[in-house]
Amino acid sequence: MDAFLNQVFAGLATGGIYASVALALVMIYQATHLVNFAQGELAMFSTYIAWTLIDAGMPYWAAFFLTVVIAFVLGVLIERIIVRPVERAPVLSVVVVFIGLLVIFNSLAGWIYSYTIKVFPSPFPKEPVHIGSHFFSAHQIGAVGVTLVVLGLLYAFFRYTPLGLAMRAAAQNPDSSRLVGIRVGWMLALGWGLASAIGAVAGMMVAPVVYLDPNMMAGILLYAFAAALVGGVDSPGGAVLGGFLVGVLENLLGAYVIGNELKLAFALVLIVGVLVVRPSGLFGKVHVTRV
Amino acid sequence: MAALLEVSNLHAAYGPTRVLHGIDFSLEEGSITALLGANGAGKTTTLRALCAMVQTSGEISFGGARIEAKATEDIVRLGIAHVPDGRGTFVNLSTEENLRLGAYVRKDKRAVEQDFERIYAYFPRLKERRHQQAGTLSGGEQQMLAVSRALMLRPRLLLLDEPSFGLAPLIVREIFDIMRAINQSEKVSILLVEQNAAMALDLADHAYLIETGRVVLSGSADEIKQNDAVRRSYLGY
Repeated sequence: MDAFLNQVFAGLATGGIYASVALALVMIYQATHLVNFAQGELAMFSTYIAWTLIDAGMPYWAAFFLTVVIAFVLGVLIERIIVRPVERAPVLSVVVVFIGLLVIFNSLAGWIYSYTIKVFPSPFPKEPVHIGSHFFSAHQIGAVGVTLVVLGLLYAFFRYTPLGLAMRAAAQNPDSSRLVGIRVGWMLALGWGLASAIGAVAGMMVAPVVYLDPNMMAGILLYAFAAALVGGVDSPGGAVLGGFLVGVLENLLGAYVIGNELKLAFALVLIVGVLVVRPSGLFGKVHVTRV
Repeated sequence: MAALLEVSNLHAAYGPTRVLHGIDFSLEEGSITALLGANGAGKTTTLRALCAMVQTSGEISFGGARIEAKATEDIVRLGIAHVPDGRGTFVNLSTEENLRLGAYVRKDKRAVEQDFERIYAYFPRLKERRHQQAGTLSGGEQQMLAVSRALMLRPRLLLLDEPSFGLAPLIVREIFDIMRAINQSEKVSILLVEQNAAMALDLADHAYLIETGRVVLSGSADEIKQNDAVRRSYLGY
């Protein structure tokens, strides 16, 4: 029973990471109807920036917050400079741009930092925490905590601030948004910045577990994609729930059913399964087009 | 009285398709001016051109300053509110959020909060439905919402695109009465585009008749009503 509980909790911890990245994907998807394949690599690259800062002697949390800010600016710049010119281009061209970004950031990280794995520190204590008679890894508890704080802040931002409202409006009805004076282009850039910042947090939380290397987000992006699809690719709440669900399922299946080697295949099966059986996911809107 | 809005030699096109061929009209401060015409005459395009939502050439001045080179978002900031064709509802947001967006560019936050009550006094139905998702409102309620969203700007000029479209006559009457009240009590100038010429002429002070992208007739609403051609083609008696 203890082992089972630990598996569930470990699943929730990685699930939080998937949830964050899935949410970043959904944010861009809602505004553009495109999946940003470079989301994972952006997160990886931001984590390297954090590593550089910590390596240079900056205290962990200072480096953490500075990285979030840098990732935000990076996201905004990428939207303004690279994505904006292809705004009206056909879907395939934009997808190629995204894949190009993926490759660029991956190679850039490899070129600057080499492909050998690095240890990334955790801000949480090494000793396990025991709650009742159970022992949990402090990093796992901390990562879940950080994820929940990030999700809570985002929810409050979108729900209760005028800027959050303007961003939601711009994503769903750009024409009407312009007519009330919202600068739609900037809202998109802001969305990219936020998504990139969320990704940075996810990267820094997962790096102590999977170790830092240029390919560390490849698998995570797949799980996040599965999570976004399970939840419904246009539903932020669904993406978050999907993230936790995929994390727990993946861990339990890995531990008790299919073994660790096939865990990633599970994500792919889930993606194909959702697309075949229920393309709109658990909470997504079913799109009906009149013909 | 000085003209609040002056349009001269306005051309507009959607890609290669030219829709307006040099339109001239003006609107006096405080007046209600109607643009009449059949389907496809260019009425909606004229409104869209005023807000820089289509490619245009020609001159547009508002309050004495030229605005034809400005972006849509900046034209709003001058106090021009546009109730677009198809109502432009933010369907996934609540009624209240839709209204809040109407006041997006305003800085006087306290007055905005009071304006909610002012709007709800005009349209009590919207107050009942304020937490409801706007896409689930009826057509009439969405039209009320579109007009209210525009009023939340506290505009100097209100552009109304076919407010009667697809609505029951009673609701149209209600909306038109409120437009008249808003024009009189709050001194909001209104540029109204309508296919329902009879109702528009009852409300308006001045009117322009547009046919295939050109102004073919203009005058006070009463003069236009008396015009034989207009009576036969647009009023039906």
